[in-house]
Amino acid sequence: MNDNASKQSTSNLAVEAKGLVKLFGEHRAVDGVDLSIQKGTVYGFLGPNGAGKTTTIRMLSTLLPIDGGTATIFGHDLATEKKAVRSRISVTGQNASLDEDLTGIENLVMMARLMGYSRKQAKARAKELLSAFGLEEAKKRQLKKYSGGMRRRIDIAASIVVTPDLLFLDEPTTGLDPRSRSQVWNIVRTLVSEGTTVLLTTQYLDEADQLADRIGVIHQGRIIAEGTSAELKASVGSGTLHVRLVESNNRQRAIELLETKLKASVQRASDPAGFSTQLTDPGLAAETLGELAQANISVSDFSFGQPSLDEVFLTITGQPVEEETR
Amino acid sequence: MTNTNKTNVQSGTDKQLREAIASTDRPAKPNPLSSSLTFASRALLRIKHVPEQLFDVTVFPVIFLLMFTYLFGGAIAGSTSEYLQFLLPGILVMTVSQITMYTGVDLNNDITKGVFDRFRTLPIWLPSALVGALLVDTVRYTMAATIMMVLGLILGFRPEGGLAGVLGALILLLIFSFSLSWVWTTLGLIMRSEKSLMMASMMVIFPLTFVSNVFVDPETLPSWLQGFVDINPISLLVTGVRGSMHGAVTWEQVGWILLASAIITAIFAPLTMYMYRNKK
Repeated sequence: MNDNASKQSTSNLAVEAKGLVKLFGEHRAVDGVDLSIQKGTVYGFLGPNGAGKTTTIRMLSTLLPIDGGTATIFGHDLATEKKAVRSRISVTGQNASLDEDLTGIENLVMMARLMGYSRKQAKARAKELLSAFGLEEAKKRQLKKYSGGMRRRIDIAASIVVTPDLLFLDEPTTGLDPRSRSQVWNIVRTLVSEGTTVLLTTQYLDEADQLADRIGVIHQGRIIAEGTSAELKASVGSGTLHVRLVESNNRQRAIELLETKLKASVQRASDPAGFSTQLTDPGLAAETLGELAQANISVSDFSFGQPSLDEVFLTITGQPVEEETR
Repeated sequence: MTNTNKTNVQSGTDKQLREAIASTDRPAKPNPLSSSLTFASRALLRIKHVPEQLFDVTVFPVIFLLMFTYLFGGAIAGSTSEYLQFLLPGILVMTVSQITMYTGVDLNNDITKGVFDRFRTLPIWLPSALVGALLVDTVRYTMAATIMMVLGLILGFRPEGGLAGVLGALILLLIFSFSLSWVWTTLGLIMRSEKSLMMASMMVIFPLTFVSNVFVDPETLPSWLQGFVDINPISLLVTGVRGSMHGAVTWEQVGWILLASAIITAIFAPLTMYMYRNKK
């Protein structure tokens, strides 16, 4: 009975990794990552540049050899069954991953031909994808003349010429405007509703929150926190209150007041009149502002929102995000 | 997850998107020939969109031939038309061997731009990406050779071996160039940038083409240099091409060229593929 249950859960996994390690010289770019991703879900890697997100994806997608640990993709061993893994996955990298000198339709026809479609089928599939991704008008344009959002969409279109079982998306929305961003999100959601498993990386908590069923916060090559977005936020606090005072010399008094009265941990902002605090309950925001008013500390403005990646890091690691250099 | 109403289908695009994603037919994997031809057609499309890249196979040969014929002709052979009979086969070999360098440059660009990564995650016969590109390169080499031959004939080159001799020479040249291309693909995978790749390639190709029998009869050289010139594969090729064009080629000369090509390919093609698979 018990045995049966565990078998069941193994076969439900798209990705299973134990103790993944990647070394670049002395530097442990990925340092013991454990991962299990359920089929048909979205897993989000959240972390700053240089945290090891891309390296992990490159290992899981057969692009980089593994220096330690094991991993299976749909039960295929990553080290010994690369071909089988490649037939189930697709990768959209951070960089341009198509031929910039070719037009949109030429790129997609090429990809479709490489997936085994006949010339005629390839053309039909390319056209279908171009109109589904809203690129119909740009199909005869060279990719180097595409906008950032169009580039992203055609990169993803090229990855799903044959709908993959597992799609890797490396920072799919970095540098995109809000509209393009929501288009990409829409594509990801549709993919998942049709059964594709997605592993994406992002620097934005709200993106992970919007898309991912589970989130792994990655820092210096390790997963330092893992869970659903609700679990993660509960550990960080459901939101952050940013306050800016009228007079900066009141800041010290305000911080002390809140720390003693509300037992809140308060971070100083770089702005000498500003500070922020994580709250477990949005309702506490009013209370905080009330305390300040009672103490005659006037507030110039305040905002309440989701914690930024910076704040998540600050809470989990006790230190702000540092960009590491490879 | 299972609830399809969760993502609301609002517009035609959403519906199209869903249909495009839901289409589940998974064709059989392409065979090596078909994937190689797909990569070849990619290379042809690149020529169509970036025709400037044909400069090296059109303008180069013309400049080289004119320059060296009129620069050295009088000094080395007494007259340009006489020197041309000797020089043309050599300069043809030199130009085409130098053009082979660009194969490595294209591969290096694919790596730095990221498209290389996508190709490497496809379930295809991996060498096809390179084989396809090399196939189109032989078309480019043929183009360069044809332009040079036509110009040579206009300038007064008279091959004693006739058409058959010239065609035989071209075939030898193409076989050797194909094998030499693998050297550049190897370098293209090692070098980190296009600049360093060009430097490294020049350092190999310049001594190899100049310290040979392209321009002068090796008998005029000091003996230690003669030793190198005699074993230089470029010299072997020039001897064969020159012999074939003037109707005096021996089977032994042809054999040496084929052997040199086979050795170069046997070393560098597997080396390229090994590095292609294991590129970090």
